[in-house]
Amino acid sequence: MVAVPVTVAPPIDPSVSRARSAAALSVFAVVGDRIGGIVLRDTSAGAQEWIAALRLRLPAAARIFRLPSSATDDRIFGGLDLAATIATGKPVAERGVLAEANGGVVVIPLVERMPVATQARLGAVIDTGTAQVLRDGVHAQFDARFALIVVDESDEEVSGVAAPLRDRLALVLDGDVRVDASLLPTADVVARARARVASVHADDEVIRGLGGLCVAFGIASERAARYALWTARALAALDARDEVEEDDVTLAVQLVLAPRATRMPPAQEPEPPAEGNEAPPEPPPPTRPRSDAAPPPEPPAADAPPPDESQPEPPNDGQLEDRLIDAVSAALPPELLAALLARAQRPSQEMGRAGTEKESWTRGRQVAARRGKPDGVRRLHVLETLRTAAPWQRARVRVRAEQGQPVRSLIVERDDFRIRRYVERAGTSVIFVVDASGSAAAQRLGEAKGAVEALLAESYARRDRVSLIAFRGTTAEVLLPPTRALARARKLLAALPGGGGTPLAAAIDAAIIAGIGARRAGTLPVIVFLTDGRANVARDGKGGRAESMRDVLDAATQFRASDLSAVLIDTSPRPEPMAKKVAEALGARYVPLPVVDARAIAGAVALARETA
Amino acid sequence: MRAAFPFSAIVGQEQMKLALLIATVDPSVGGVLVLGDRGTGKSTVVRALPALLPMMKAVDGCRYGCDPSANGTRCDECQARALHVARGKLPVTDKRVPVVDLPLGATEDRVVGALDIEKALRNGEKAFEPGLLARAHRGFLYVDEVNLLEDHLVDLLLDVAQTGENVVERDGVSIRHPARFVLVGSGNPEEGDLRPQLLDRFGLSVEVRSSDDVAMRVEVIRRRDAYERDSTAFMAHWEAADEAVRARILSARKKLPTVLVPDAVLHRAVQLCVDLGTDGVRGELTLLRAARAAAALDGAKTVTDAHVQLVAPMALRHRLRRNVLDDGGSGTRVSRAITAVYGTS
Repeated sequence: MVAVPVTVAPPIDPSVSRARSAAALSVFAVVGDRIGGIVLRDTSAGAQEWIAALRLRLPAAARIFRLPSSATDDRIFGGLDLAATIATGKPVAERGVLAEANGGVVVIPLVERMPVATQARLGAVIDTGTAQVLRDGVHAQFDARFALIVVDESDEEVSGVAAPLRDRLALVLDGDVRVDASLLPTADVVARARARVASVHADDEVIRGLGGLCVAFGIASERAARYALWTARALAALDARDEVEEDDVTLAVQLVLAPRATRMPPAQEPEPPAEGNEAPPEPPPPTRPRSDAAPPPEPPAADAPPPDESQPEPPNDGQLEDRLIDAVSAALPPELLAALLARAQRPSQEMGRAGTEKESWTRGRQVAARRGKPDGVRRLHVLETLRTAAPWQRARVRVRAEQGQPVRSLIVERDDFRIRRYVERAGTSVIFVVDASGSAAAQRLGEAKGAVEALLAESYARRDRVSLIAFRGTTAEVLLPPTRALARARKLLAALPGGGGTPLAAAIDAAIIAGIGARRAGTLPVIVFLTDGRANVARDGKGGRAESMRDVLDAATQFRASDLSAVLIDTSPRPEPMAKKVAEALGARYVPLPVVDARAIAGAVALARETA
Repeated sequence: MRAAFPFSAIVGQEQMKLALLIATVDPSVGGVLVLGDRGTGKSTVVRALPALLPMMKAVDGCRYGCDPSANGTRCDECQARALHVARGKLPVTDKRVPVVDLPLGATEDRVVGALDIEKALRNGEKAFEPGLLARAHRGFLYVDEVNLLEDHLVDLLLDVAQTGENVVERDGVSIRHPARFVLVGSGNPEEGDLRPQLLDRFGLSVEVRSSDDVAMRVEVIRRRDAYERDSTAFMAHWEAADEAVRARILSARKKLPTVLVPDAVLHRAVQLCVDLGTDGVRGELTLLRAARAAAALDGAKTVTDAHVQLVAPMALRHRLRRNVLDDGGSGTRVSRAITAVYGTS
């Protein structure tokens, strides 16, 4: 599973948060364009205050550009200059805000409303320092180096900044972003620091410490350490030093690395990790890099070290790293450990973000127009159509004149037509996978049906789609493809006969296909298994409990990897260990039927729905 | 713009580097799909290619950069020109292998090409202005965050990548031109599903993880920092290593046609595909082609089991049945099958 950086809850003490915010602001003023930028998770008012404080510290020439999250691609990245194109009769490219902001600062308020693909493109611009335009007959490239501030006002637990962009922004302030102005440098100090920062030297021990920290805290992105290093340099430069000191690194890792931690390093020191360790069992404890245990090997022969390489590794190395681990840990609020543990057990909430919206011609959030023919359903996008037609006007006028046809002031042809497209938010699709085998004794099947009926009633109220897969004998069968016709589901369910073997692996395979299908159709799938988990028919249709269980666990692993939200309702008379094991393998919530009623099941499904 | 980070200075990511080198030696293996953690240098590896790859011979004055020796698959203009020069020998020039970036948000007309507006205006001439597909001919077309690209563009790319030809019928222009390129897609499965059709139309698929090895991570930071602070000195330092890779590619290309696959090796490779239940022959073909290219890169005259085992994960992991999405389990399944067929792994 890919770990996702956790957003750090605000520090409790406001003086701490304001000092940290001031430090982030100072760093941003010096190296904002070298470290991508900053995420401000706060209300608009808090962010405005931060930005106002920044403005006073930036060089007078530096400009701040505001980019609304609803801005169209051509305004952001550049596009066709409509007026100039019509006037000159040839395609004229126009710079977007990112290119205009070259050398300055860009602010995006309400970034959570910006489409993921746009945020990803922003990330690419940050990487290359250029905005590339390839649309509407224009092919152009503009320099676009800037420092980015995104304001995330989403009140959900999950960050509103899409991962491709978030990874490229070094700094994150969460909660109260207001600064302690008394701690801020003057514009002069910032200007001097900017001139000095590139020549600030960092000891190799610092670099080794950063590498070790990234591994210890499970930070996958290689940008993080690079950004932390620039942050430390900026802090040294602000202090008019040419050498990074430990305090700089300590603060830098708190600002840059702490918000990206996805796991905790094992508890500090006391004794060497013995077998009977009392440390929390999950997630799998990362191997804490002990440099004395494993001295960093020299890079492979062909990879001779770069020119400014230092001497052999000092023997007492690792001490700085230990202190830095303490520093990062101290910057993590106590809730974080719990959050990290919970996260390890729960699939990423961002999975399949793209799958939660579906394309529509009629309603939802508007996205880029596409070539097509307008009809009763698809509507013409007038501006985009004009934009497409604009470059051709001179040519068309000339051709028509030559052919002796009447010349109109604006000639729009069929190829120019652009139609509006929207995406709308998806509903839920509940997929019931019902065990109708002999082992699921008849009366239990009856109770399971009762539970499903209760869920159907609720699904009806929520306008969910429902589909039904039953398995018995040797195969799993889709009885009902996704539908809102719940009466049919109820009828089919009532008529479902019992008896025969339990081909659970086949049922899980069918559930994966149905779940992914539902996701592809733009809905959020929730899969509800009703079974006792006692599989006795393998994928090949043959019997054998051991074979069958192996197939089940194999199928369950794939199910889990598909990141589908699921509940397993154990239909056996007493909680069945096998069912529990299967639920664990599936990554599903386990609900034993004997001890709960239909309402409790509905509750479990509702929970699964929320995390789908 | 600053010179791209040199290929040889990239720490780790051996699978991805190998996959791209294989595609360079034998482009017929198909595209390369790179999935994995953000910030692990996926784009860096691709952007390092132009400076790394040996120059290619191209027809001088051909806007598609046609291969002078590829009679029959050249563009119409080259074919026509060849009729009027002595022995059909067209003038030749050296050209960099193109590595073209396809940004998200590019519109179709820029990708496939369109009527050249300026020419239409100036001379009233219906001329074709080639798009990205033409620029990528004989090179690489790179799509970062491929899973965020609009579906209709992805379909178009896959279609052209498969046929090697771009057919344009729009704005009153009707043209076809060769567009043989290696499609390199990268992405993070978290950002959205990859459509199953997309997966198995890539020849090779590699997963990129960031290393948990501290020494490697430290080396990444050191080199990146050295590069950011003085890219000129850094480039000069790594040029010799890049040159060595270049020599390896050239020698591998020369060797490739004569690399032999012993029957026993072939037999076991097919057995591996059968055990894994990969659909169709595409998997077997890719596995063999990749193994031959790997052998050629090794300087070997014959393909060995070791070569097959080396490339099996990247050639097969995305073709496993009942596994429409990439997942952590597919790599494991391949290595399990390797152990079953070859004994040890």
